[in-house]
This record gives sequence, structure tokens and C-alpha cells, in this order.
Amino acid sequence: MPTDSAPSDSLPSDSLPSDSLPSDSPTGGTLVSDSPTGDSPTGGTPTGGTPTADRPSAESPTADAPAGQSAVRTLLRLWPYVRPVRARWFTAAVVAVMASCLSLVFPLVLKWIVDGPVAHGDPGGVWFGALLLLVLGIAEAALFGLRRWLVARPLAGVEAALRTDLYRHLQRLPIAFHDRWASGQLLSRGTTDLMQIRMFLAFPLTFLLVNGVTILVGVVLLLVQDWALGLVLLAPVVPLMIICSLFESRYALAARRAQDQVGDLTTVVEESVLGIRIVKGFGRHRSQAHAFRSLAGRLRGTEMLKARLLAGIWALITIIPELAIGAALVLGTVQVADGGLSAGTLVAFLSTALALRWPVESIGFLIAMSQEAATATERYFEVLDAEPESHGMSAPAAGRAQEGGGLVFERVRFRYPDAGPESAPVLDGVDLRIRPGETMALVGGTGSGKTTLTALVPRLHEVTAGRVLLDGEDIAAMPRERLRELVSVAFEEPTLFSASVAENVLMGGAAAGAEALGRALEVAHAGFAHTLPDGVDTQVGEQGLSLSGGQRQRLALARAVVGRPRFLVLDDPLSALDVHTEALVEAALRRVLQDTTALVVAHRPSTVMLADRVALLSGGRIAAVGTHQELLRTNGEYAWLMSGLETGPGSERGRGPAPEGAQLAPESAPGAERQPVSWPKPGSVTGPEPGSGQEAATDSGAGTATGAGTGTDTDTDTDTGAGAGTATDTGAGTGTEKGAGAGTEKGGCR
Amino acid sequence: MTSSTTSRHSVPDEEPTASAGQQDGPATPSPPAVGGSATAPTSGGTAGDGADDRGDPFDRDALPSPRGATGALLRSLLAPRRGLVAVATLLLLLQQAAAQAGPLLVAYAIDRGVPAYRADHYGPLIAVAVGYAVCAAGAGVFQYAFIRASARVNQDALLDLRGRIFRHSQALSVDFHERYTSGRLISRSTTDVESLRELLSEGLQELVGVVLATLYITVLLLWLDVGIGGLALASFVPLYLLIRLYRRRAARVFSERSTAIAAVIVKFAETMNGIRPVRAFRREQANDTHFGRLNHRHERSNGDAILEMARFVVGSRLIANVSVAGMVLWGAYRVADGTLALGVLAAAVLYLRRLYDPIDRLGMFLNSYESAAASLEKIAGLLAQTPTVPEPAAPRELPSRGGGEPGRAVVFEGVRFAYRTGGEVLPRFDLTIPAGQTVAVVGSTGAGKSTLAKLLARFYDPTEGRVLLDGVDLRELAVPELRRGVVMVTQEAFLFSGTVADNIAIGRPDATRADIEQAAKAIGAHDFIMSLPDGYDTDVRKRGGRISAGQRQLVAFARALLADPAVLILDEATSSLDIPGERAVQRAMDTVLHGRTAVVIAHRLSTVEIADRVLVMEDGRVVEDGTPADLVTDEGRFAGLHRAWRESVVG
Repeated sequence: MPTDSAPSDSLPSDSLPSDSLPSDSPTGGTLVSDSPTGDSPTGGTPTGGTPTADRPSAESPTADAPAGQSAVRTLLRLWPYVRPVRARWFTAAVVAVMASCLSLVFPLVLKWIVDGPVAHGDPGGVWFGALLLLVLGIAEAALFGLRRWLVARPLAGVEAALRTDLYRHLQRLPIAFHDRWASGQLLSRGTTDLMQIRMFLAFPLTFLLVNGVTILVGVVLLLVQDWALGLVLLAPVVPLMIICSLFESRYALAARRAQDQVGDLTTVVEESVLGIRIVKGFGRHRSQAHAFRSLAGRLRGTEMLKARLLAGIWALITIIPELAIGAALVLGTVQVADGGLSAGTLVAFLSTALALRWPVESIGFLIAMSQEAATATERYFEVLDAEPESHGMSAPAAGRAQEGGGLVFERVRFRYPDAGPESAPVLDGVDLRIRPGETMALVGGTGSGKTTLTALVPRLHEVTAGRVLLDGEDIAAMPRERLRELVSVAFEEPTLFSASVAENVLMGGAAAGAEALGRALEVAHAGFAHTLPDGVDTQVGEQGLSLSGGQRQRLALARAVVGRPRFLVLDDPLSALDVHTEALVEAALRRVLQDTTALVVAHRPSTVMLADRVALLSGGRIAAVGTHQELLRTNGEYAWLMSGLETGPGSERGRGPAPEGAQLAPESAPGAERQPVSWPKPGSVTGPEPGSGQEAATDSGAGTATGAGTGTDTDTDTDTGAGAGTATDTGAGTGTEKGAGAGTEKGGCR
Repeated sequence: MTSSTTSRHSVPDEEPTASAGQQDGPATPSPPAVGGSATAPTSGGTAGDGADDRGDPFDRDALPSPRGATGALLRSLLAPRRGLVAVATLLLLLQQAAAQAGPLLVAYAIDRGVPAYRADHYGPLIAVAVGYAVCAAGAGVFQYAFIRASARVNQDALLDLRGRIFRHSQALSVDFHERYTSGRLISRSTTDVESLRELLSEGLQELVGVVLATLYITVLLLWLDVGIGGLALASFVPLYLLIRLYRRRAARVFSERSTAIAAVIVKFAETMNGIRPVRAFRREQANDTHFGRLNHRHERSNGDAILEMARFVVGSRLIANVSVAGMVLWGAYRVADGTLALGVLAAAVLYLRRLYDPIDRLGMFLNSYESAAASLEKIAGLLAQTPTVPEPAAPRELPSRGGGEPGRAVVFEGVRFAYRTGGEVLPRFDLTIPAGQTVAVVGSTGAGKSTLAKLLARFYDPTEGRVLLDGVDLRELAVPELRRGVVMVTQEAFLFSGTVADNIAIGRPDATRADIEQAAKAIGAHDFIMSLPDGYDTDVRKRGGRISAGQRQLVAFARALLADPAVLILDEATSSLDIPGERAVQRAMDTVLHGRTAVVIAHRLSTVEIADRVLVMEDGRVVEDGTPADLVTDEGRFAGLHRAWRESVVG
């Protein structure tokens, strides 16, 4: 499958000024050591890529990587995370420098042994020299260990802190952000990228510093020993620096591309696992594997490019200094022959030069690693720079508590933040009032925006214009925490988390206890939870027991009702239940809905029956509101949605806009009646109900009136009586009875 | 991520026993497969190497793998690249030869060049100059060639491994995926592969380099002076012991670390895929805490791993430096005695430092080796899983449909199905579905409807008996042939990244745009697709690409239409559709799919209306079987269900 591969070609090719380059020159050392003390890196945040969420033009999450930003500037953004461990890190760096300098002392000691005791045949001196070497050696080993010990825990801590922040931030980014980012891309940032950053802090960063200082000290030693030979060795520094900077900029591009391709690969892996039944069901695992192979092949190509670049730089870094050493050797030999230089000095000089070879050679891959870390950091901050959900209270709480409460949508417009401004909004002027305690069913064609509308209530998405009021209070003025306490949601896709059944359900209510759990399970008819291996403590979700769709849906429903929320939003809550269970759940749910203000997305008459009134969503606005029967009679589109019968004479009619549907209304009702199929027959509606519905609709809505409305609307006479009896418990009793008893009655009807 | 949010675990209708054990699948395609004498479902019938169940291995991160599988895996990855590995080794050999020649030339320059120069004899010095230049150039050129060659090896091996994990995970049966969390699979193919990448790209190069350098220098030292060389050799003994100790300790630490990161990934993926409920139920805090705990565990084990490395480095440095001091002492005495030339000592001293330089790099190698070994073990465990639904060794073709009806006959012959841990789901039964018949399967949750469907779709193989399609056992059909025969549309309508057209084309990859549009039109999905920003070319993850659950199910149907199978299975495939959508599906089955054999599982009995025949299942058995009309008039279970349903739709 083609994934939205993050184009890396947008990276600036000349983004890396050569002066920022840590090279083998003294500047390499000073640069790195200076950097953390520079002005606060956080001050420069805007450069780290503008928040993706606010860019409507973003074709792809990673489309425009920060331009003109050097690797060093990017890496500096890690400073806040390194700060807490800076003392240890700097100590470790100093220790590393000391250890490295010690290794430069070795040749001097050797020189002393060769020129002194050995030349003079002084056994005591030799002993002393060897002892000195031993002490130095032990000291060096200790310093090596000390350095690693100093940074081991802190750097693991830095990686963990980065990951924690990423996770925390991702949890708080707008849903719209998650809609656009494949989780594989996020995951690869949270794992491989962070590992690279830790590795960078542990090795390249330290060793760029260490090697810089080592080279500096080494050069000084060389110059002190023989300044002419020293200058010969220094000759290649300038060409090396130029080569390194050329290399770095090219390598940066390849590194970024490779990392993005890893993210794409992760996405394909994840999707092919999540969609395994489809892959299997259509026997497509070969073509999936093919798609995977071509992506993996592309990644291989990029890696090979990286290898070519690395090979080139490494070869040059090997050859050039080696040639200089060769020249120094020849010149040195001449000087020794001329007597201008002692053999011991030449040995020590070359020994020092050779000791410097590794620090110089390593700079190639140290830069490469740093570059990869810079890319990883950049990718990391791309996510971290995305603007999280505001803390709410964006608008002043004006017009508080006007005419009653309930859930009110006022001229709500909504367009997905990433949709172009020219595109039609999903919701365009939704006006809907749900009175306190009332249950409103939301009906609309496939893709009419029902789910989107429900997502606005807990502010999973923000309205583009207009407002949503809960008990007269604008939700935009409410802290999200409180809003989401007030509103409970059951989603279309019942997601359970890796936790016990009890934990999953109790997520819905902060203070709910065992009693509430039992009640909620009962309402959702999820008694099966008690028969699981460990009862309600059975682990479910990704890491636990697999449950069927219906079982998950019931637990999700229990989760929604457990906290006895004031407002309940249910998105097609019964779709995966079989008929029997559905009837039982409905009966219990009705009891809960009696004193809850609820918005229920419904696809079927059976679900609509839970509601007092129905709102028809069409063309981005509420086209009609009324009882089920009213709408069935008066609204063609509604009748069509509820019966699936063609409203026109045999035409392939799409879901037309509301007015058209309304025009067809007169024909549709009789048409439905004529059909022999057992679809809801408007004729079966009893007289008083529409009346009571109307009444409720016009009435400003006292709780009791609505309660009675529920009873009358929903079912047969017996139920109406019980419902009107107002006592919640009796209502439930009859409800359950209905499931079993209704059969006979209907049989009678037939 | 909206469009991808779907739960992997739905085993619609299955009671939770499903997660407990592996299905006892007959491993050979030879019919009739005998899965034991029907009484001991726990006895493993899996062929191949030891996927033995000790408890439930799926509770652990590492699946059991045969001993030595890790090494075998690594070998099998490198074996096909033997030639290139040899070339790379040779290149490195030459590179080291060139690079290590320096001190020899120094010794030559001091011992020969100086006296010769003093005698106005410039030959040796010119030889030194030329020699050094050649060596420098050689070192660089060989370095370049080696890096490229080894990158080829690494990248090819990684490509191979990635492909193997991917293909294998795709080939593994559905029941495997129901128990092995997606997060772990992702972790296997990302972080675990990554650690192998580190080993191959840096570690292996280090190892070869270290071994060669050590060998070279030791030989040179021995050649220069036997005593010094002998001392160098002796120092390898404690070094070897140290390495052994380190490996033992590191293996444990790295395994723990790999498990810890897998747990982090699982939690991460779960949260991101379920971000809506996370938000709506204010799970952020609790998740932060939980994630923090997992992350901390990883942090600890990560720190442990680094510290283990620190111990090794201290030990190895100590050994190295003590040895150097010892050898210098020895050499110095010899020079003082006059039994050793000064130039030789100088060269030896230069080599001595170099001898132990690679030790740090050896540490790095061991580090990445242990890390990779821990990962490879888990990968090997995954690869050791045998698909419980294997592909046939000698596939057969379906008999050609002699014109006329496109449907095929389905026969369940003495089929019994049980999960390996027991808990029989479907007791032995026989069932014949004639070609072209539409069969509705109804029953309550856990009645076994989905299991029946999955047996027909060959997501599972029966424990006993066989499922025949036009007289051919499903187990004898190659996958493409099977999927021309049977296609299943499930409740969860997952969309892959890509365009809408791509997603429909999964049904038949070679379909033209016209075919795709026709399928979409037939199912009533055309209108909504055209209303998307780029129509069929809308990327389902890009802007405006939001597709509701109902629309996704329509896309899933279009896929099935396009596949045009002889037998179509709909497992709760209309649950999120509104009634017009459901009608469109039924219409399509009447028209486009007319004549196909269809098995329809639906909670809603509306589907039953179009069925020729209804099966009512309970506790894994078919308890009623007849035409809808017959069953409604009977006083059986179906009549009851039907009444309940009628009740539910009447308003």
C-alpha cells in the first residue's frame, strides 16, 4: 500500500553552515563545549517547525521540515532534557578528556624509557618506567569506567524523559492531529529516534568533545616536540574541514530520508497486522509482502547511499592524515640521520601522531551519528511542536444559563481543521436543543456527520463557529476535564484497553465503586464479565482476552453509563448486539436514559426507540426534529433511512438534500405501508403519541413531562402505563418484561 | 488514525476461550486429516520444530524457539551472502595490512633508513616514502570498498530479515494474531531489527576489524620478538574469561531491556490507536502514570545494560594496560641486555598500544551482539511459529464451473472444531450448501456462527473432518485459488493507508478503475466517494479523507464485489450500515452477486429475508434448518428470534 511517505526532498540542501561543523580542528572542541551555555535553546522554538496542527496546507505531516536550521541548532533543543543531568554529563566529559590525555602521556613515558634507562642500561629506571606505565594504565581504566558509570543512568533517564514527554504530548494533541499521522510514524519517533538521541549523548557528543581536546593537546605536544614536523602533520586540517562539511550536508538528507522510510515501514507493518483479517480474507498477503518489499527496498537504497557517503568520507579521512604522517616520518628520519633529532623523540612523535589517528578517523562517523541524531531530534520536535489542545476556556462564558439547560447546539459549523477553507463544512449551521433529561436520537445518512457532531460535545473536535451549551454553559468556556466528566461517550468502535474488565468499565466514572460497576454491567447486560476466568478482574484488550464485538460493545456501554453522567453521547451503541441482547440492553438503558440528557446516534428503528425525539441530520444541518412517527410520516428522507425503501418510483436515488426528501414525504408514507415486508408501519402508530410528542416539543420541558413522553413514544400500552408510573425501577421492570413478553403480542398482531 | 482504529481482537461470537491456546491444526494437507482420536485436543498435532506450549507462551514476550535457533537465524541470513562476506573480509584484511604497516616502516626507517641516509644512500628512505604513500592510499581505498561491500551485506541481510518477519507474520493464522499483540509484532520488526542493524553495520565490522588487527599485531609482535609476542598472547586468557563473564551477564540484561521496550511500544500503540476514548474518558493522567512505569522499567534495564558495559570496559582496559607495562618492562631489559634492537622495541611499543586499542571496539561489538542476540531470539521465536493453517504442498485447482451458475457447493463433512486447550466449539456435524444458495446463520452470541464462517473461509482448519468446495478440500487449495472461491467480509472494516481506490482494489489488484467504480456503484458507495475531495484518489489518511464506519463497511463490500468470489461470507458485515446501506447490500447480492453461494451471519434478521435457507445455531450446533417461511411459522427458536426482531424494528 502506498503510505504517505514523508517527503524529505523538502529539506534544504544547504542547511548546514560549515562553521557549525565539529571537525578535528580546535573549534570542534570549543564549539561543543560552548554550546550548552549559549542562550536558552527553548527560546528558539519557533524555528523547530511550525506547529503542524495549525497548518491547513500541510499535505503531509512532515512535509515542510524546518528550513535553514543547522544540525547544531536542532540538537541544542535537547538542552532542557540534558540540563538536569548536566553536572554528571560534564563531569563525565572531563573524565573522558582526562583519560584521553592520559593516553597521550603514554608515548612520553615510552620515550623517556627508551631515551633514558634503556639507553643508559639503568634497570632501576626501567622498573620505575614500567611502574609509571602501570599506574597510568590503572588510572586510565578507572577513568574509563567512571565516565560510563557517570552517564549510564542519567542518559537512560534522558531517553525516558523524552519518551514520556512525547507520550504525554501526543495524548493531548488534537484528535485532528492523530487523524493525519499514522501511528507507525509516531511510534518510530518514540523508539528508534529516541534511541539514536541517547546514543548521541552517550558517544558522539562526548567524543566530539574528547577527540577535539585530544587532537588539540596532541597537536600542542607534537609542536612542542618538533614544530616543523608538527606543521607537516597539521597541513591537511583545512582540506579535511571542507570535506567534512560537504559530507555533512549530503549525509543529512540521506539520514532524514532513511528515518522517514523507517516510519513508513513501521506503518505498513502496523496496518498489515491490524488489518490481518482483510489481508487473509482476500488472500492478499503476497501483495502486502510485495508492497512491504518495495518499501524496504527503497529504505535499503537510502541506506546504501548513506554507506557510500560514509565510505567516501572515511577513505579521505584515512588517506590524508596518513600521507601527512608518512611525510613526517621521512623528514624525521632525515633529521635523525642528520643528528638534529633523537631516535626516542621521533618514536615518541610518531607514537603521538599515531595515537591521534583514531580520534581523527572517528570524526567521520561521529559526524554521521550526530547528523542522524539531529534528524531524530528534528523528527521528535516536529511532534512536540504541534500545538496541544488548549486548556479550554477559550471564549468568555457569555450568555450563561439562558432559558433552561440541556444540551444545545447553536448554529454549529464544523470543518475539519485540515480541510481547505474552500471545502464545504461537514456541519453547517446545526441548531438543536435537547432538554434536560431528554434523549434525542440522531439519524442521518451514511457520512452525514453524525459521529462528527457527537465528537463536538466532549470537544474531541472544536467547533469552527457557533457554540455548544451544556446546561446553558458554553463548552468552549469549560475546562476540558470538567466537560469530559459531565459528558460520557460510547464510541462506534468499542475500544478496550489492556486492563481488567473492571478497570475498563470504571474508567467512565472517577469515583465509581464496585456497586456502580455491578449496576453498569447490568445495564449493559454484560453479565458475561462475571463468568470470565477471573471475573471482572480478567485482563482484556490488546494484552488480554479477546472478546467478541458484541461483548466489547457492551463493556463500552457499561463504561459510558457507570459514572451516571449528566450527559450521555452514544454512537450507535447497539450495532453489534444480537436481537435478544439488544432488547434486554435497550430495556435497561431506557431506565438510565430517563434522567440523563442524551444524544444517541441511531441507524435503526430499534435504537431510535430509546429516544424521546429524533433529529434528522442532513446536508450539514438538522433538517427535522420530531418523534419517530411524525418524521416517518412527514419526512421522506427519514422514512427512507428508517425503512430503506425507495421513496420515488424505483429510481436509484441517492440521499438527497432535505428539502427534496421533504417534498417526497406524502408519497413515501403510503408507499411504505404497501410493502409486504415487515418494515415499521406508520399505520401502527397509535393516535395520542404524536400529540404528546408535539407537546413535549413545544413545551419548555419539565422533567416529568418528558419522562412520560418516553413511555408513550416507545411502546405498547402496557409499557406506557408503567413508564408513566414515573418510578424508575418499575420502568425497568416492565422494560425487561417487554423483551420476553412482546413476542406473543406481536404474534397476535400478525 | 480514525480510519485505522479497529480492534484486532474481535472474534465475533466466540466466547473467550479462543485466547487460551493454539488450534490443533493438522499440519499436512493429506486428507482426511486425523487430529488424534478426538478425545485429546491438547495433544499438539503441529509438525515442524518445537512450538511447544509451556503454559501460555503468549503471555511472555519471547515465544519459545528451538535451541540454537538464534545462531541458525543469523547464519541463514549471512549464508546466501557468503561470497560478499568473503570479499568484505578480504578487503578488510588488505585494509588492515595497509594500515598496520606504519610502525614496521618506522622500524625500518630508524634501523635501516637512518644509517643508509648517513651513508648517502637514499634508497631505503625513498622506499619508506613510497611504501607509506602506497599504504595510506591502500588503507583509504580498501576502507572505501570495504564499507560499501559490508553495507551491501548488512542491508541485504536486513532486507531479508524484515521480509521474513513480515511474510511470516502475514502467513501465520488468524488465531496467532488474536493472541500475539500487534504491538509486539511491531516491536519485533522495528526495534528488534534495529538492534540487528546496529550489530551488522557497526558491530560486525568492529569484530572483523578487531580480530584481524589482533591477529596481525600478535603475529608481528611474535615476529619482532617471541618474548613480547608471547606475553601479548598470554594476556588473551584473562581477556577471554572476562568476555565470557560479560556475555553471560549481558544476555540477561539485554533480554530484559528488549522485553521492556516491547511493553512500552504496546502501550504506546494502544493509546494512539484508541486516542478518542482516551480523551473522552480522561485517561491521560492514568496513562501517563502507567506509561511512566513501563518507561521507567525500560530506563532501569537500559541503565543496567550500559553499566554492564562499563564494567567490561574497566576490566578489559585494566588487563590491557597491565600487559603493556609488563611487555615494556620485558623489552626494556632485553634492549639493555643488548639482545633486542632499539628499533624493534620502538616498533613493538607502537604496536603494543595498538594491540589493545580495539578492545574498546570489541566492547562495542559485544554490546551490539548481545543486544542483537536478545532481539534475534525473539525474532527466531516468532519465525518458529508454524502457521496452523498451512499452504498446501501440492495445490489442486477447483473444477471449472461448467457455464451457468457462478456459485459453488460447500460441504462440511464430519467437521469438528475445538481449540487446542479444549473447550469444544463445534461438535461434529455435517452440512451441505448447494451452489447458489443464500444461507443465513442466526443465533445468539457464542453459538458458533463465526467459527462456522471462519472454517469456511479457512481462517481455521477443522480439528476433524473437512470442508469441501465443489468437492475439493479447502486445505488443498492454494491461496489465490481459495480466494477466488471464498471471500469473507467481516464486521471490522479496516482501511489501509492509500487511496479509496487502492482499498477497494484489494479485492482484485488487477482491476481497472472502471471495475472499481462499478463495484462501488453497485453497493451504493459511489456517491459518497465522489463527494470526497479527490474522489477515488482521496487518500484515506489525508485531509478530507475521513470516512465513517458505515462508509468503511461499504468500501469493504465493494472490495468483496470486486473479488467476485464463488462463495461470499458476510460476518456481521452490515452492523454499522444504516438501513438504506443494508438494502443496497442486499440488492447487490440479488443482482451483482446473483447465483453466488452466500453465507450471511447477521444479528439483524432483515438479512434473513433474502435468504433461501436459515440455520439457527446454539451451543455450536445447528438446531434449526429450513426456509425462513417455514421457520417463522414453527414455534421454534427462529420464530422467537424473529418475533423479537420484528418487535425491535417496529416503531
